[in-house]
Amino acid sequence: MSDIVHRRSPVLNIVIWGLVMVWIVAAGFPFLWTLWGSFKVQGDFFSKSDWTNAISGVRTQIETGAAFTGKGYYGAWVTKEFWLAALNTVVIVVTVVIISLTLGTLGGYALARSGKKYAFYLLMLALVFRAMPHITLVSGYLLPFFEWNLWGHLPTTIVVLVAINQPFTLWMLHSFFLNIPKDLDESAMVDGCTRFQAFRHVIVPVMWPGVVTTGLFSFLLAYNDFTVTATLLSQANQTMIPKIASFLGTTQTEGNVMFAVAAVVSATAPLFVLILFFQRQIVSGLTAGAVKG
Amino acid sequence: MKNHTFFWFILPSLFAMTLFIALPIISVAIQSFHIEHEAIMIEVENCGPFGCKQELQVDVEETVKLKDARPLGQFNGFGTYTNRNHLAFTEIGEAWQSSTGLFDFMSKAYNLPFYRALAFTLTYTFVVTPLVIIFGFMIALGVNTLPKAIKGPTIFISLLPMIVTPLIGALILFWMIDANGIIGSTLQWAFDDPNLSLKASPTLTWMMLMVYGVWHSAPFAFIVFYAGLQTVPADTMEAAMIDGASRWERTRYVVLPHLMPLTIFISLIQLMDNFRVLEPIISFSAQASATSLSFIIYNDLVGNESQFFGSAGATSVLTILGVGILLIPVLIRTWRDFNQKVV
Amino acid sequence: MFLKTITFAGAFALMGSTAIAGCGISAGNVSVLSNDFPAIQAVVAAANECADGNVTVQANLTKDHKDIMVAALTANPAQYASVIVTNSTLVTLMNDGLVRSIDDLVAKHGAGLNKSQLITINGKVMAVAFMANAQHLFTRTDVLAEAGVEGVPATYEDVLAAAEKVRSAGLMEYPVALNTKAGWNLAEEFVNMYMGTGADFFKAGTAEASVNNEHGVATLEMLKSLVAYSNPDYLTYDSNATQAEWEAGNLAMATMWGSRGGAVLDDEGSTAEVVSGTILSAAPTWGNGARPASTLWWDGIAISANVSDEDAEATFVALMNGITTDVVMANNDAAVWLVEGYVPSAASAGVSGTAAGGAAPYPMVPFMGALHTALGAEITDFLQGSESAEQALSDVEAAYTAAAKEQGFLK
Repeated sequence: MSDIVHRRSPVLNIVIWGLVMVWIVAAGFPFLWTLWGSFKVQGDFFSKSDWTNAISGVRTQIETGAAFTGKGYYGAWVTKEFWLAALNTVVIVVTVVIISLTLGTLGGYALARSGKKYAFYLLMLALVFRAMPHITLVSGYLLPFFEWNLWGHLPTTIVVLVAINQPFTLWMLHSFFLNIPKDLDESAMVDGCTRFQAFRHVIVPVMWPGVVTTGLFSFLLAYNDFTVTATLLSQANQTMIPKIASFLGTTQTEGNVMFAVAAVVSATAPLFVLILFFQRQIVSGLTAGAVKG
Repeated sequence: MKNHTFFWFILPSLFAMTLFIALPIISVAIQSFHIEHEAIMIEVENCGPFGCKQELQVDVEETVKLKDARPLGQFNGFGTYTNRNHLAFTEIGEAWQSSTGLFDFMSKAYNLPFYRALAFTLTYTFVVTPLVIIFGFMIALGVNTLPKAIKGPTIFISLLPMIVTPLIGALILFWMIDANGIIGSTLQWAFDDPNLSLKASPTLTWMMLMVYGVWHSAPFAFIVFYAGLQTVPADTMEAAMIDGASRWERTRYVVLPHLMPLTIFISLIQLMDNFRVLEPIISFSAQASATSLSFIIYNDLVGNESQFFGSAGATSVLTILGVGILLIPVLIRTWRDFNQKVV
Repeated sequence: MFLKTITFAGAFALMGSTAIAGCGISAGNVSVLSNDFPAIQAVVAAANECADGNVTVQANLTKDHKDIMVAALTANPAQYASVIVTNSTLVTLMNDGLVRSIDDLVAKHGAGLNKSQLITINGKVMAVAFMANAQHLFTRTDVLAEAGVEGVPATYEDVLAAAEKVRSAGLMEYPVALNTKAGWNLAEEFVNMYMGTGADFFKAGTAEASVNNEHGVATLEMLKSLVAYSNPDYLTYDSNATQAEWEAGNLAMATMWGSRGGAVLDDEGSTAEVVSGTILSAAPTWGNGARPASTLWWDGIAISANVSDEDAEATFVALMNGITTDVVMANNDAAVWLVEGYVPSAASAGVSGTAAGGAAPYPMVPFMGALHTALGAEITDFLQGSESAEQALSDVEAAYTAAAKEQGFLK
């Protein structure tokens, strides 16, 4: 499409670039603001008297003697042991993504290749499942989990997150498998493979782009989840997001709010690396997948 | 695919969903048809640091006997669904009888919590969903024309609204839009109105929530569309150009039809997510001006002394039905595609 | 499986509690569920020192404690042997019979307790209170003096008059704040104000609400007059927001929780001018009412019904270790303690004054929670001017009635 670009009129170019610029500012500015503010004290970043304090750092100067302070980061990571929450998050997210994708790939593949009416009804049912507000689901889990002593542990939360994310995963992977030509696996079966062998040896090697994309969405769902993790994990097993919420607490103690801000910036940094790394896969995966809806 | 092969492939996924979604849905539905046993009360003396007082208390022993006999509570049929805090049949009937006109009726219905929430939920869904799709598409078109070197960072920045945890994202935005905050003061300056406050007026609160909704969800539509754009067939495009199609015509007749299935996918997910809008209302403390169905459920279950499981169950079932109705057009289309594709 | 001792490092290192490790528990599992604010953190940190080879201590301090406590204690054995309760949450737990009477534990281990700390219901001790709280008036006397008002207002009518003077003197456009965030906070303000009239929320001896009366209307009118002097964003103001406004020097008079007093009067987050001018005083009265328009709250220890006697005892002893005179003296300004050894200070003057003025405790009736929820949702329409006070109150009663029927309190 490169030649199309060349033929675009300058006016249109300006309009398009202007639009992208506006969007970049709208999308990036709050984060940039947070990044900057995370090196200030609460009195500046959440200033009730004048928002320009957040830029100049008036109270930061008074309270710490410099225009920038790393107190938020120190407090969050060292004093409040945010690394423990980060570790829990890594355990949960990695496990959730792996299990979600394993189940979702098998299920999505079956749905895409079945062709029976019940496969469609199953897909619809998955949509209905997705419509259930999470807060109701989670409240319903509480009593049995306490009763069977399952509450508060990481594995319980992992299983719940996997289950809650299954409908989305199934839908996405199902659309993706529809785009892999049927002939591929069917010819393998003609050659004497079982369905599973065909899947294993023919489909698995070509499915990675779609899996990576779906995995990224699963990752984000597990990484950003608050309702499930906040309700089902005990304080000792907290992940990052409930931990950040607990910095805010019932009473926002002076200083703790900045722990939360610093923690958010820290929690976003790995995502930057991740997105840059998987950017190509997201795009190529969706290209091959959801296009056929 | 053979039935039993299909079964084995889908089994793990189906098992997880049945156990953690289907069964809870059924139990919630059953619960919504029941109310708690009649509480047996006794008057007791209640003493503490601030003196003594005669107050009513639940007679636990008697109530426990009732509970043991029938753990689900009293059967109430659709009683919870039709009471004042849900569909409010009686109140709606009265309002219809007594109102002087349609507007009067609407304002009376709007006074009931369920319909008030429904009004915002539907408005939000039908404003935000199309805007997300349009903005997502435009951003995707824009980013697609950028030079390769700056594409990567641009994509990352574009995804930020979606990947920063809503909990803190909204807290910071909430502060920025405060009358003393950077966005709030800028708006006051721009509109030359020192009393302008986004948090104070219901209309502005609605607008603010919807702007947030678009901002938060546009990246999702963007990334899906952007991927779709990479697959627009080059030969069709060239053929159209040779035929003398203008830029607009090419977009209209080649790109858009190609992206149609993606648009359906996005609408499906977005309609569903927007219908369940909850987080921005909580983070922006907006419940005085805007409530949603999910918010009513949340309010029944979280943050108060009493939890109303039956009531929350009824609203949840109504939410599922609402999503079902909303998705009918999309589902019909999927049904057609499904039949075409598989045969 | 991750049941392990939580070490409250750093933040609690300063507390210098002198408790001896072991604290006399031979064995058992100590587990506590509670709200999350500095005073409770101090108590739990001290209780945590009881952990040794035979005793495990597990604590969950979270602002979402209300949402999980019923389920956590219904399970048998209960997830937590103890919950730090307040007037209102104790009732919720007692409705389902989830807490036990602790007469025996108090007799055995409660030698140092004041009689007034014991929450006795129907003759049985159900909880041990350790701190009190109430919303009361915070006044910037320097701002009021500048506007020509001497002293601190004693009634809400005085507050309104002073607010008008501050406004007309051009000192502040919005001198007043209450915790008026729609939902629980706003409902609490209604409850406080209504308490000032001396009227009851329910028809005597029944669960029928009776707030739609002249007292209710007057209460709403008073709230509306007050918020007329509040920032237009008042429906988003929770206690974190009011405290921030106060410390920024944007307010002249505010009704805030007593537990905020220590933080407001310390030297962090605010200017010396604000701190030196701030006086904490009893909640004002209003109308013809004699009692301060506020509700008194306590926080205390309750023990689960569904745990072994051994764990119950271990937990009780550990928490007794958390509310010793030493702990209280080390954290004197973190709360208004009910424990021996507490030294009243400027930060506690408001709560003490409110209690001395004869304010009533928050009603401990089982259906109060439903009324509170209904109030929080339904009275915003009136404050925003879209309906009459009578209509708002009749909406409250209708919403309450529907909810109370679901809970079996009304037929």
